[in-house]
Amino acid sequence: MQTAASEASASWRIDLFVLPLILGLGWLAGILEAARSPDPAMAIQGWTFAACMMGIGVWYLWSYAGRTPADERTPYANDVVKAGVIASMFWAVAGMAVGLILALQLSFPHWFYFPDVPWTNFGRLRPLHTSAVIFAFGGNVLIATSFYVVQRTSRARLWGGSLPWFVFWGYNTFIVLAGTGYLLGITQSKEYAEPEWYADIWLTLVWVCYLLTFLGTIIKRREPHIYVANWFYLSFIVTIAMLHIVNNLSWPVSLLESQSYSLFSGVQSALTQWWYGHNAVGFFLTAGFLGIMYYFIPKRAERPIYSYRLSIVHFWSLIFIYIWAGPHHLLYTALPEWAQTLGMTFSVILWMPSWGGMINGLMTLSGAWDKLRTDPVLRMLVVSVAFYGMSTFEGPVMSVKTVNALSHYTNWTIGHVHSGALGWVAYVSFGAIYCLVPWLWGKKTLYSNALVEWHFWISTLGIVLYITSMWVAGIMQGLMWRAYNEFGFLEYSFAEAVQAMHPYYIIRAIGGGLFLAGVLIMVFNLWKTVRQGAPAAAAAALVPEAAE
Amino acid sequence: MKHEKFERNSILLLVGILIVVAIGGAVEIAPLFWVNGTIEKIAGMRPYTPLELEGQKIYVSEGCNVCHSQMIRSLRDEVERYGHYSLAAESMYDHPFLWGSERTGPDLARVGGKYSDQWHLAHLADPRSVVPESIMPPYIHLEETDLDYSDIKEMLEASRDVGVPYTDEQVAHAREDLEAQVNPDGDGVDGLKARYGAKVSVRDFAGQPGRITKADALIAYLQMLGTLVDFKTYQAHAPENRR
Repeated sequence: MQTAASEASASWRIDLFVLPLILGLGWLAGILEAARSPDPAMAIQGWTFAACMMGIGVWYLWSYAGRTPADERTPYANDVVKAGVIASMFWAVAGMAVGLILALQLSFPHWFYFPDVPWTNFGRLRPLHTSAVIFAFGGNVLIATSFYVVQRTSRARLWGGSLPWFVFWGYNTFIVLAGTGYLLGITQSKEYAEPEWYADIWLTLVWVCYLLTFLGTIIKRREPHIYVANWFYLSFIVTIAMLHIVNNLSWPVSLLESQSYSLFSGVQSALTQWWYGHNAVGFFLTAGFLGIMYYFIPKRAERPIYSYRLSIVHFWSLIFIYIWAGPHHLLYTALPEWAQTLGMTFSVILWMPSWGGMINGLMTLSGAWDKLRTDPVLRMLVVSVAFYGMSTFEGPVMSVKTVNALSHYTNWTIGHVHSGALGWVAYVSFGAIYCLVPWLWGKKTLYSNALVEWHFWISTLGIVLYITSMWVAGIMQGLMWRAYNEFGFLEYSFAEAVQAMHPYYIIRAIGGGLFLAGVLIMVFNLWKTVRQGAPAAAAAALVPEAAE
Repeated sequence: MKHEKFERNSILLLVGILIVVAIGGAVEIAPLFWVNGTIEKIAGMRPYTPLELEGQKIYVSEGCNVCHSQMIRSLRDEVERYGHYSLAAESMYDHPFLWGSERTGPDLARVGGKYSDQWHLAHLADPRSVVPESIMPPYIHLEETDLDYSDIKEMLEASRDVGVPYTDEQVAHAREDLEAQVNPDGDGVDGLKARYGAKVSVRDFAGQPGRITKADALIAYLQMLGTLVDFKTYQAHAPENRR
């Protein structure tokens, strides 16, 4: 009916009017906050936001003033995906480095705390770490891969002209605002929902644009069916919107102050938060990354997905059941018993759809298992699914009340989170990025497969050290807290249990350090891949399977 | 219905996802706002004094909740270590809740009155000076920084807007009440006690007369934690308290 070019130009003018207008209004709001707020921290946030708005505005001028960017004339938008990949790697290094600092603080408090620099204390850096790895690294990976995948599987260019770019820049503005806010002491205290009201409003706007871009692309697809990866991406985007809006309902002390009070209090606030928090895991860190799995594993293994029926069953059951599992974060607390029981029950049931996804991912390798020996990138993707299976088994176990009585509040939780975060989320992301970089930058292969092997083995060793030390530490902690002596008194003081953690905290820091070292190797490899000339003979020689 | 319908119609898929993910939350969360038994009706709970509210703000801002829980579970060892298990009513004025999820440090739900103000001051400034095994960061800056309470009235008003039952009088006297709580010899003490109850602790928490620091606010908050409900009269097994 119409050509791709006329389609692009129709939405072109609207987006180039509306989006810069939003940037201008945002800039104005930032300047007003900076100038008027009595709270110095809020003023800094205002300046930061205004600077981001101005930066994006300059980028718009540079890209669109008097010309159409070359990338807008190609069938698929690639540059925004490239930007997402670069941002992902930047935030991975930053977020994991902060994680390492935190691990060192707990191991050597004498050396890594600075009384005169209170903003580097554990309490302020911890949300910086979690937000940087989950939302900055993970979020950019999801945005980049979803933009890549939805175009290929829909055979359509991203909808909305410059809208995808606005999503990319707007989302990273949110990250900067949130991260600098934590250092300034601005937080709502709710885990994984720490950013304050104004950052939440901005994210809501950006997220709606993300949904529009993604859905718009699906709507104008030239494939009859919506590919399974896109179901997962769509459920991730929609559900995160719902969770984010409800959990962040709050009332600011004033429009010029960073602080706000949540609409919910006490027990209601607790369950709303863990409904959010658990499903940030379920939809951000699971459904979104399953979208990656459903595209990149079949693509890399050159095999179709194992079972279409299983993907339908596990998709709907996963998204239905996940939502119920939140109360398992609140067992034996003041939450009413019936809600605790529901949460535990659904958490155990959740094991099944989780493993449905794992089986579908792993069995896709049928007939291609030999590639695991020669292709470290595919190995990374497959090991990520194995870790997914492991931590989605561990999760239901920990949600059983008797187990939770021991494991809750201990380092076991930290170990569990990291087996999912490092083993599943980070590995599947690394695998996807190792695939994407040569594809996007038009290179035949990665610079070095040997370096991917090094990355794989160093980081696997890191994960093993991390999670085993935290298992031992967590179980030991739980047992020490509940130990009784022969006279029926508690055996250990709390401080003794803290002291007992020392060696495990050190092992954990070493594990985290190895994982970060692996990421640095990856960055180097990707950098050399991008910089290498047209498929260089020297590079090809380093890749064993290139010779086949 | 054939699944193909969802795969061919993006809006149908979108609506289907929304319905499926909305159910769990609706069933679990919504009743908590209406079911009578969610929160016990107990004597003693009161909104935080202005100074305690400032202290809570510092507690949140410094991320204390990252390492310290405020939720004693109904397990024998926890009750023996920390005191009576936490009641839902005890966090009914916390917007949001501060139950926490980790015990890198001990639970603080009932830390109030367990240690002296001087201990807290020394511990905040240099935790390892009083607990050698501690891995807590130093917070010396709290006693060196004056508390900025210029917006205390707005804080009370905003709290009231989200449901904390502050009276007009409490809001109007927020500033005086804050100053009165660190000045036991001042004129404002009677008014403060009239508005928040006779049990409110009034003293120079951080020991710097004539000065209100962040340490004053934080210590006032910590010393109040878990002390509001009188567990000598609370009957856990009374029918109205069983849930």
